[in-house]
Amino acid sequence: MCKSWKTYLLWFAQEHVEFRYAEIESLLSLFKIDMRYLEQPKNEPFWIVQFSSENDIKLLASRSVSLRNCLELWCHAKSIPQLHDKLKCFPRNLMEQHFKSNRSFKIEVETFCKHFTQAEKINKIEAFRAVSLTNPDVIFQYIEYYGTEANNPPELPYEVASGLRQLIKKISLKTRKFIGNTSMDPQLSLLMANQARIKDGAIVLDPFVGTGSLLVAAAQFGGFVLGTDIDYLMLHGRTKPSRIKQKVRDKNESIRSNMQQYNLEHRYLDVLVNDFAVPFWRDDIQFDAIITDPPYGIREATERVGTIKENYTVEEKHLSTHVPAKIEYGISNIYRDLLRFSAKHLKNRRPNEDYNENCLPSHPCLKLVANCEQGLSKVTSRRLLTFEKINHPTDEELRMTHNGIMDFREKYFIVREETRKERRTKEARIREENRLKYGKNQDK
Amino acid sequence: MKLLTHNMLTSKCMKGVTVGYPLGINVSDVRVSEVDFNPEFVAKIIPKLDWPVLYNAAESIGQLEDLPKEVIDNFENDREFLKKVHHVLLEVDIINGELICPETGRKFPINNGIPNMLLNEDEI
Ligand SMILES: C[S@@+](CC[C@H](N)C(=O)[O-])C[C@H]1O[C@@H](n2cnc3c(N)ncnc32)[C@H](O)[C@@H]1O
Repeated sequence: MCKSWKTYLLWFAQEHVEFRYAEIESLLSLFKIDMRYLEQPKNEPFWIVQFSSENDIKLLASRSVSLRNCLELWCHAKSIPQLHDKLKCFPRNLMEQHFKSNRSFKIEVETFCKHFTQAEKINKIEAFRAVSLTNPDVIFQYIEYYGTEANNPPELPYEVASGLRQLIKKISLKTRKFIGNTSMDPQLSLLMANQARIKDGAIVLDPFVGTGSLLVAAAQFGGFVLGTDIDYLMLHGRTKPSRIKQKVRDKNESIRSNMQQYNLEHRYLDVLVNDFAVPFWRDDIQFDAIITDPPYGIREATERVGTIKENYTVEEKHLSTHVPAKIEYGISNIYRDLLRFSAKHLKNRRPNEDYNENCLPSHPCLKLVANCEQGLSKVTSRRLLTFEKINHPTDEELRMTHNGIMDFREKYFIVREETRKERRTKEARIREENRLKYGKNQDK
Repeated sequence: MKLLTHNMLTSKCMKGVTVGYPLGINVSDVRVSEVDFNPEFVAKIIPKLDWPVLYNAAESIGQLEDLPKEVIDNFENDREFLKKVHHVLLEVDIINGELICPETGRKFPINNGIPNMLLNEDEI
């Protein structure tokens, strides 16, 4: 099928630059959107990319936190005369769909790393001989970019969609009811939730939940949230307030009240006081995502319940008021437990995925230099593997017979057998449903 | 604490406990409040539930209403049924009470909706 690709400018907030690429890649994969890079993205706030449908870009923008807005890019050039020339050559029909007689429009002049006065901006617009109104249907942006390196292109794009920057403000810690001194920054929380590719209805756990910032972000994107924390006072909102002006905490400060504040209470499941080193989850429980910000021992202690005393028991008479003793829960142990826990309790997003780099044919004398996949059907693909010889084999290496690769024919027919069976059961179910639905009428 | 969460918990991690499931429940204060109904979510959760455990838990706290003893066929398309499940899973909230380990009888208090599963150092 032949798609027609249009060029767009993605304009990012120049913040948390490191997370930008990962966020966009996660969302493209979550929504199964095809996006082409016209140039390899660097740390610049502008990316020039292509999409085959405006809906794709709207979907992407509806979830992205790092994106400021997206513009259909008509042309860009290094100098203003060049830009005007290019614009004159831009196909009229592509432009005219935005210039219907009943639609108002406005032109915005934006600059990056340089300030223009209003008069200067108007001059820039006049140069295009266009009209600007205050309440337009269509916004055109004219951007002059003086970015990190001078000499970068000004652009003239049409605004398609804007990202979720306003959400960062909505869940700001400044106005949030329950916060603590380790509450995670809203923008990073949202980026984390996006990188976890949280979908509507996903069950999400934060095992070191604290004040639940990550749960707010996860619920914002449709997650149903659970959290655990070792700190009883924290979950009950009874730790010392972290706001300078606040003397005592309000009665109902809690993760739940934060969810209420943002109208997300219907996505709040529960939080438990629990030491992550001894979790209470059933062995077969699977979470769709685990997002967390574990303690690292500076702002908060890295501790778990335990004692170094041998054969210690709590005396009966102290049981009701006993506060369990803690021992050091070293960072390396926390990470080991977290990865083990995740391996066990995360839902497998790619069932049947039996490809990994390690199962490719390999030889100690041949270095894999390229590996490109071509999809053949829903369940199969083939790869072009390019090797470079880097050593001459020893006799032993010549005799090597290592081969962990399963026969393709064998695998192929296993998968096909499954899908055939699935199809048959589905057909049987539909027949049964139809019988129930229409059967009665036929009997009459 | 919601019955959905109860369905997911075991006290197996305690010293000397082998199954620790399902946890018993004592309630002193249950709150039932309306929660937005999301039929897709409920339908997605049902196959993952331990239904008899949910049924017995709802019964033990007097919130069974007319929940069927077994999951019905073709439940995805039965709005009425999904609504009932939604109610026991998400609208019933145990505010104060306790969870009980079925093997040792150890009690885990629930205060203000939050279960305290913290063990003592001699229980792990
Ligand atoms: C960095 S904070 C998490 C902050 C959280 N993201 C927020 O927004 O408030 C780490 C949390 O881990 C908790 N914690 C420390 N040791 C723990 C353990 N053994 N089990 C469970 N939670 C633990 C601490 O009480 C603290 O609340």
